[in-house]
Amino acid sequence: MTDTLKIADKIFSSRLFTGTGKFSSSQKMRDAIIASESELVTVALKRVEINNESDDILIHLNESHINLLPNTSGVRTAKEAVFAAELAREALGTNWIKLEIHPDPRYLLPDPIETLAAAEELVKKGFVVMPYIHADPVLCKRLEDVGVQCVMPLGAPIGSNKGIVAKDFLEIIIEQSTVPVIVDAGIGAPSHAAYAMELGADAVLVNTAIAVSQNPVEMGIAFKMAVQAGRMAYNAKLAPVKQHAEASSPLTSFLNE
Amino acid sequence: MSNFKDTFELYDWDSLEKEIYTFSATDVQTVLSKEKITLDDFKVLISPAAKPFIEQMAQRSNALTKKRFGNTIQMYIPMYLSNECQNICTYCGFSMTNKIRRKTLSDAEILKEVEHIKKLGYDHILLVTGEANRTVGVSYLKNAIKLIREHFSNISIEVQPLDQEDYESLIKEGLYAVLVYQETYHKATYKTHHPKGKKSNFEYRLDTPDRLGKSGIHKIGIGALFGLEDWRVDSFYTAVHLKYLQKNYWKTKYSISFPRLRPHEGEVQPKVEMTDSDLVQLICAYRILDEDVELSMSTRENSNFRNNIINLGITSISAESKTNPGGYAVEPQSLEQFEISDERSTEEIKQMIKSQGYEVVWKDWDKSYTELI
Repeated sequence: MTDTLKIADKIFSSRLFTGTGKFSSSQKMRDAIIASESELVTVALKRVEINNESDDILIHLNESHINLLPNTSGVRTAKEAVFAAELAREALGTNWIKLEIHPDPRYLLPDPIETLAAAEELVKKGFVVMPYIHADPVLCKRLEDVGVQCVMPLGAPIGSNKGIVAKDFLEIIIEQSTVPVIVDAGIGAPSHAAYAMELGADAVLVNTAIAVSQNPVEMGIAFKMAVQAGRMAYNAKLAPVKQHAEASSPLTSFLNE
Repeated sequence: MSNFKDTFELYDWDSLEKEIYTFSATDVQTVLSKEKITLDDFKVLISPAAKPFIEQMAQRSNALTKKRFGNTIQMYIPMYLSNECQNICTYCGFSMTNKIRRKTLSDAEILKEVEHIKKLGYDHILLVTGEANRTVGVSYLKNAIKLIREHFSNISIEVQPLDQEDYESLIKEGLYAVLVYQETYHKATYKTHHPKGKKSNFEYRLDTPDRLGKSGIHKIGIGALFGLEDWRVDSFYTAVHLKYLQKNYWKTKYSISFPRLRPHEGEVQPKVEMTDSDLVQLICAYRILDEDVELSMSTRENSNFRNNIINLGITSISAESKTNPGGYAVEPQSLEQFEISDERSTEEIKQMIKSQGYEVVWKDWDKSYTELI
């Protein structure tokens, strides 16, 4: 049985999603993404000329196996996000949208209130909505209720490379979710990605760690392998972690006497 | 709501100056061992004691900048709309008493300049004027933004301080950012250099970023003009200002610029010299204080310096700038506000940036986002 991931009507063989920002050139971005075998690549609307067919980023992503996932980075409200999503749908011919509403331009932390409002409206308008959110289990359920096709909780502040610092909350989200859970933001090393997958995440999204690496192609491959390893380990069921060593002088041995 | 003036008044220039000059190498080492630094730590990093640690600071600044901004440099270009000015600023080529020919661009001239600028590839533009409220007031600026809006994704202005409702009306037309430098936070020195005109009002200028924050602007640029006073104390005040603004107007982005006084038509030459090494120290200190603030470098600086600064924490630069109204296409020979040092073409700058392993970013905003407000 192949272990594929289905979101809305699309089936992905790769559980590694990637981004397009921060690379030292569009060619390097392309090479790294192809090496990573990622099939879903997010691109900020504000960085591309969506109506220009020769836009430098877009032409470098023109591959049949790469699905573009436009994102709304830069918007501050639900209203702006809905407008941006409609622009993207019209220009790029996709109804998929990575919903990012972070009114705080410093830590780029998502606004849960605006995100929920925008998600509800976008679902009604026929979008496949992938919301970037805090690792907030209740918010994830509320988003499911309005019909999003997956949730994208953060592992750590975006771009921080700190790894899965929100572990306890991510575990609750994974346990409760009826839609795929994609850990987005904060993943700084392949080991972090593998760890998220071992916890049961359905996929991860990695950008900074690949783009800013000295060798983005090698790092893309490393992430691909880490995600596969983590997924395989999850499917194979990890051996339980022993919380305590077994005492040499058991307290209950008298029961057997 | 609070105003920066209250925070500003908590500090005393002379005591700060004294303190900054008494730190030791041990103080610097202590600060550099911390993961996150405070405003007090920042004082240490801009002190003379930190100079021997400049390489260590540069490495850290480089790594932090790459983490946050990636391998990219944002390009922008200034467009001077007018050199009319009713202020006397002792250091400025546009100062009211300077006998230069005054010019304010007409609609047709603005569009001619835009045509030239667009051919160079720019998508982020900075509109600059002097302060002549009757001829180059809010309605002139509004008209200029309207005229150029369809040609640029991102429009900033560097003009006289305005009232909150004026900023609000310009934002509605598509304005993204406002740059307004305090010049110096030393009140007495400020008065000496701005003896006449609306700009002589220190407090009104000091509270301008507050008015901008309240107007909901996307980005505010702040800074001091280096050469008027001790750069270390002025930079500390700028850092205090930054932290105050970030706390109070948390939805706004911030940028810092580093203008050093250049030779020009005015009379005053720099009182305090800021060396290249000082400027590098300062840029790195700002980055270590704040991972997210945009740090901007203009063509005031020379080619060699600009080539090297790309790696040190700077996130946006201009190229091929003309500091005279109509300087690109209308009247390329007229007198500039200050001499630019790096006269290389946009193409040359682009190649220089690429050769250092950075992507040149032209567009990082979508005008539809600004128009929605």
